[in-house]
Parts: sequence; C-alpha cells; structure tokens
Amino acid sequence: MSDTATTAPGTRATSGNPPSALRVGLQRGYIEIRQFLRERDAVVFTLGFPVGLMILFASIFHGEIGHTGVDYRQVFISGMIASGIMSTSFSSLAISIAQERDDGTLKRLAGTPMPRASYFIGKVILVLATGVLETALLLAIGTAFFGLDLPQTGARWLTLAWVFVLSLVACSLMGIAMSSVPRSGRAAAAVVQPPFIILQFISGVYFLFSALPSGLQQVAAIFPLKWMTQGLRSVFLPDSFLGQEPAHAWEHGRMALVLLAWCVGGLVLCLRTFRWKGRRDG
Amino acid sequence: MDNESDSDDNLAISVRGLRKTYGKSVAVDGLDLDVRRGEVFSLLGPNGAGKTTTVEILEGYRSRDGGAVDVLGEDPGRPPKAWRTRIGIVLQSVNDAAELTVEEMVGHFAHYYPNPRNPGDVIDLVGLTEKRKARTRQLSGGQRRRLDVALGILGRPELLFLDEPTTGFDPEARRQFWSLIRLLNDEDTTIVLTTHYLEEAEELADRVGVVSAGKIIEVGSPARLGGRDSGKATVPWTGPNGPESEQTDSPTRVVTELSRRFDGEVPGLAVSRPTLEDVYLKMIGAAR
Repeated sequence: MSDTATTAPGTRATSGNPPSALRVGLQRGYIEIRQFLRERDAVVFTLGFPVGLMILFASIFHGEIGHTGVDYRQVFISGMIASGIMSTSFSSLAISIAQERDDGTLKRLAGTPMPRASYFIGKVILVLATGVLETALLLAIGTAFFGLDLPQTGARWLTLAWVFVLSLVACSLMGIAMSSVPRSGRAAAAVVQPPFIILQFISGVYFLFSALPSGLQQVAAIFPLKWMTQGLRSVFLPDSFLGQEPAHAWEHGRMALVLLAWCVGGLVLCLRTFRWKGRRDG
Repeated sequence: MDNESDSDDNLAISVRGLRKTYGKSVAVDGLDLDVRRGEVFSLLGPNGAGKTTTVEILEGYRSRDGGAVDVLGEDPGRPPKAWRTRIGIVLQSVNDAAELTVEEMVGHFAHYYPNPRNPGDVIDLVGLTEKRKARTRQLSGGQRRRLDVALGILGRPELLFLDEPTTGFDPEARRQFWSLIRLLNDEDTTIVLTTHYLEEAEELADRVGVVSAGKIIEVGSPARLGGRDSGKATVPWTGPNGPESEQTDSPTRVVTELSRRFDGEVPGLAVSRPTLEDVYLKMIGAAR
C-alpha cells in the first residue's frame, strides 16, 4: 500500500454507463474457462469421468444386439455422449453455481455494475466449450478404439447439431435451477449427482432402453436424458436398429418437443428461483 | 440527531426510520443516519446490533421493511443501473475465484466499470505488487482482504463501504491500510467503515455512530463521543507510599499542586481522558 496517488482526484465513475452485457459476458466466458481448466478436480470429474466409464464399459461388454448389425458398444457410446452433455451442463453448473453462491462469488458480483446477464453468458460459453470438448473426446475414442462410425450423411450431422444444442440448453437451465437446492457448496455434489446417476440407469445409457420395465421407461420419458440418448442413437446407429426402439421410430418431433418444453420450464424455474445470496446471508 | 443545516446535496447517505425484521426478531428498529459527502463515517456496535443488516440495506443487498433510505440520491432498494458504478463494496469473508491470479482478477473486474482505475496501479496501491502473479488461494488472510479492497476501489467509487476490512491484519499491514484509506478520502471518496477495532475508528473516522439494538444511540467525533472530552480526567503519579491517582474535572490544577508538592519533577505522572473504548463500553452497557 504505497502512498502514490495513481490518478488525479475528481475523475469519477459517474461518467458513462456500465459496459454492455455481451462484452462483459465474453470476458466472463474467458475467465470461466481459465478457472475450469486450472481446477484439476473439475476437469477430471466433469470431462474424465464419462471418458473413463466409456472405456470401462466398452471394454467389458460387447456383442451384436439381436440381428440388428449393431454392437452393444455403439449403443452404449451414443448414450455416453448424451451423458457427457448432461454432465458438462447439468452437473457442472448445478455444483459450481451452488459453490459460488456459498463462497461469495455471486454476492460479490451482485455488488458490482456487472450486468446480471453477463454471468449467465459466461456460463453458456463455459458449457459450450466443455460440452464440445467432451463430445469430441468421446467421439474420438469411440471411433478410434470401439468401432463407432461417424455420422454418414449430412442429415445425421444436422441431427447431431440440433440434439446437442437443445440438450445443452435444457440441461444447463435445469442445472442452474438445481443449484438452488443444495444447502451448502460442500453438499452440492452429493445432492446433484444421485438424480443424474439414476437418470442414466433408466434412460438407456447403461442398459438397452427397450429392455427396461415399461414403468421405468415411462418415468424416464418425462426427463430429457432418455430423449437425448435416443437422439444420439439416431445419429450413430443404422435404421436397422429401429426395431429395438420402443416406438420403432426415432421420434425426432417428440424429442424436440420434450427438450424444448424442458428449456421453457427450466428458464421459468431459473427466473423464479435464482438467488444471488447464500442461505447464510438471509 | 445531527446538524440540521445539512442539505440533501451534502449527504451521501440519509436514512430515516429504517426497519428490518427477520420473523419475530427486530434487527433494525427505526434507525436514523446521515453520512456527509467526503467524510469517513464509522459504525460501531456489538455483534447482532444491526450493523451488517443496515450496511447491506444501504449497499442494495437486502430489502427493508420500513423507512426512507437515500444513497447517492437513489433508493438502494430500486437503484438505476449506473448507481452501482458509483459505489464500492468490500465484503467480509469472500473466498471466490481461488484459481485466478491477483492480476487476472483485478484486470477482469476492471471490465465491469465505465471508467476504472488502472489495474496495475490498484494492485500497487493495496501493496500486492509482489503477489500479482499468485493464485488467490495462495494468499494469506490479510493479502486476501487487500485484494477485496482492490476490487472495491477499482471503479473509482464516490462511496466506499468497508465491512471490517482489517480483520486478520498484522499491526504493520493495518497501518498501511489506514494510509490507503486516508489517501482515498483525500480524493473525496466518502467512506462507511464498520469495525470492531475502536483504535481504527479513532484513527480514521471523522464521525462515529454507535449502534445498539437496531438503533443509533449516539453520533459524534471520536474525540467527543459520549462527552469524552469533557469527562473526568485521571491523574496518576507515584507517591512516597506507591502509586496514587486522582479523578478530576481540572487536571491542570492537580498537576500544578503536585509539581509544588514534589518541588519539580513528579514521578510517574500522566493525565488521561477516558479512551474511546471506555466510553463505548459504557454506552453499550447502558443501552443493555
């Protein structure tokens, strides 16, 4: 704390409006990604976990499913890519925002002129970057070692694009809403992960969806992950697999509708429940 | 409560009849407060007196249940966008952004303000030059607080809130911090300081307000608070039979008499007025 005055007195903040939400949001995205990459726990947990699971499962289980010409590995990897999208959006946002609410990050930001939207723009950028990275990782390992074929037609790449974006948006909004549930930052992972793991079991990630009891199938169909795995199967699996789908169709229309409904519902929930203060702050 | 001739233009903060309740407990109970532009105002009070609640209402963090509040001409309950560029807040107990360096953190926060100070200058100013490349999780408690101060003053605030800013500082760091506050105050920054250190309030504050049970019970300069300047002085000295002392309204007369009695130098002589701590504890005790 030297005694050198840095600027002439009298120049005040009153001049000018706060910078635009988008510009500050881009800066936040940059800082979010930097922080994420420096937190080794988060990198391992968010990015590495799905990769590890995929390698493990794909090494243990394989074999043709019925007479579809489709190996179990391809079904599983499609599901794992859907899980990876949910992990980088839903889990990582729900946990990190709960922690940021607890450690004072949000309170500090709320006390600055930072446009509130910029915080969320920063999160969107982080989720997009990690989601793309995760998907690319799983795709690369899946095609290199486990016989997954990249999408064969432009139409299938297009499906990948819209399923990816809709899934990411729906899961991000759910994650932001979920961040208000844990009572402390420390409890966040313990509160957020179980529902996600259960969803994975009933949504056709680890088990063939059609092999599940119909009651579970109906429960799973309420949530986005079931539709995400189905969407990714429609990208990577041949139409000869349709016999194994409950509706004997990829159901792109219904899929888009359910995911959109979660986007809208998630947004409403976020707007109604998002708090900038922790529970201790009254 | 205060000088009635203060016009609104001269006030950075004006509060009348502020009330805040949590369930059945009343945290702030009809509090009145004026802070003049350009002064350092210190809020003192025991834990649970309503200091933090009051300050957080002024900062726009909390809603109020009653009363009129004006901070830099706006209602902090419904502030316009530009209002936040004019105030700076140094919070207690924030542990954010563990993985960013001091430089990155200050540089990033500068993007939030229309006319920020130079981030490098601010880092120098708070004495973190040596630590600018360190991740924030590697900082000591005192260094962490200096970073909080750096972020608080980055936007050249007209009004700066400091909530127990020197907790965890060693004596030297505290002295350096005080000179920083004086520097900011010389640049016409109005400062609202809550602290547990009476020494700090005495050193920095133009005026002190004592909060107890959700009300301001007295406001005055640190030298005059609680009739401190006109209270009885204590004159201790060492007599032939050991230490003696006298409480008096006229210490000069006592000293003159002593000097006559000892015929010159009086051993162990001192004249002391009640300390700020003495009057503060008396006030808080009486209010309970």
